Amino acid sequence: MTAAALPLLRRTRVASSVIPGFGPTLGFTLFYLSLIVLLPLAALLLKAAGTTLAQWGHILSDPRVLSALWLSFGGAFAAALINAVFGLLVAWVLVRYPFPGRKIVDAFVDLPFALPTAVAGIALTALYAPNGWLGRLLEPLGIKVAFTPLGVVVAMVFIGLPFVVRTVEPVLQDVDLELEEAAASLGADRLQTFFRVILPAVAPSLLTGFSLALARGVGEYGSVIFIAGNLPGVSEIAPLLIITKLEQYDYVGATAIAAIMLAISFTLLLAVNLLQKWRRVRMGG
Amino acid sequence: MGNQAIRDPAPVRWILTILALAFLALFLVLPLVAVLVEAFAKGLGAYGRALSTDVTLSSIRLTLIVAAISVPLNVVFGLTASWAIAKFDFGGKSLLISLIELPFSVSPVISGLIYVLLFGLQGLLGPWLAEHDIRVIFAVPGIVLATIFVTFPFVARELIPLMEEQGREEEEAALTLGASGLRTFWLVTLPNVRWGLFYGVLLCNARAMGEFGAVSVVSGHIRGLTNTMPLHVEILYNEYDFVGAFAVASLLAVLALVTLAAKTALEWWHRDELVANG
Repeated sequence: MTAAALPLLRRTRVASSVIPGFGPTLGFTLFYLSLIVLLPLAALLLKAAGTTLAQWGHILSDPRVLSALWLSFGGAFAAALINAVFGLLVAWVLVRYPFPGRKIVDAFVDLPFALPTAVAGIALTALYAPNGWLGRLLEPLGIKVAFTPLGVVVAMVFIGLPFVVRTVEPVLQDVDLELEEAAASLGADRLQTFFRVILPAVAPSLLTGFSLALARGVGEYGSVIFIAGNLPGVSEIAPLLIITKLEQYDYVGATAIAAIMLAISFTLLLAVNLLQKWRRVRMGG
Repeated sequence: MGNQAIRDPAPVRWILTILALAFLALFLVLPLVAVLVEAFAKGLGAYGRALSTDVTLSSIRLTLIVAAISVPLNVVFGLTASWAIAKFDFGGKSLLISLIELPFSVSPVISGLIYVLLFGLQGLLGPWLAEHDIRVIFAVPGIVLATIFVTFPFVARELIPLMEEQGREEEEAALTLGASGLRTFWLVTLPNVRWGLFYGVLLCNARAMGEFGAVSVVSGHIRGLTNTMPLHVEILYNEYDFVGAFAVASLLAVLALVTLAAKTALEWWHRDELVANG
């Protein structure tokens, strides 16, 4: 450990390179990174660390805070699941079934990355509001989307879709067709081949896509707040509650919710990373 | 895919394709169409009038200013960071790359919050800033900072793997032949990564102009002064000025479509000069 930690951020092969500029470029990189990212995040941690136990108890026992956190994480989880299924379907169709206009459709999948979230938010609201194109059709069925937790999930599905498609697509392209042929020649039907050969091959990338979509959904604000209705305790997401607390000058409350969100998200992403690593080691590659 | 054994039957292919396209139509195409339909709901005249109000024009101006400051700064950072990371060996590299990508896993609202905690009136530096009459939060500097934070990794993330892939031989050759470091950078490195750089700038700019959550926290929503286009969309929408909100939104939607088209064109024609990471 100590031997590995020693050369941290110090050049290890000074003599062999004639390329100049190591000091200035790394120096500027660290300076800019600290200024923009690390110091402000440290300010958040500092503020959270200064929160007393009594304050934490007060915040964590507030049903409004708990239900907002529950909605952000639960909604993002549901949306990521939906995206895992439909994202895999979209990736499968785009990779395996040639159809006219496929390249255009493929490019269009990135729309949620490019479209500003506020635009997505008001567009989805216009569609799913009781008098909107889709809301009008769903209302007679007794399904309310806009201004309910279901609306939150719809917005998170929109925002998370490209994460799953883009992580699964390249892996699906690389699945060895010979393995599928072998499975078929050994008597497996297509469904068996899919569940026993193809799905295990894309599972790690599917899990990565799922967790990226989940992380994005948890923190999502712009596309959600318009369609959510923001009823405290029902359809109010955690990021919005942070803003509400800030507007009431409750910096401690806002910071605490932010710290909890960051802690859970980073733990999730770390767990997925470790799982992938463990899997790679076990698979021997 | 000539082998019959691994071809799905035609009905299966048809059903799955239709299902996938229906899902995409429902979740991607329909919202985009809704923006345009709502923007022109009261005709071309109303659309034009909605876009030519003073507050709308000032929101467009502010969005352009914010992007014009934050994108170049992140380009400079992306170039220096990728040079340091790709052209030299040092310990802690993967930690450094993780830290650079950190802003992507932080909620936009939290990205704004951290600057409020630092520069807000009750923040760490707040009293000092107030004493010297410097406004960061609820002013343009805060908006720029929050935008830089959320767009921080875009250019670097594109350039680091690309420069690593290209190695160091060409630079080493140029330097050995007597070119200066800067000359080598301008004439060898930069041309090699130009499409990757353009790709990163494209995505960085789209996010900078469209950012909502982070900017919303630090802006203070002062009409005509600290409202960017996405914030202006929210205000118009909450005032039930739907034509106005969707008219401004339509401009942002066009920006998104242009970005997508340019990105796709780059991927089609310069795929070899980009790193395949979506």
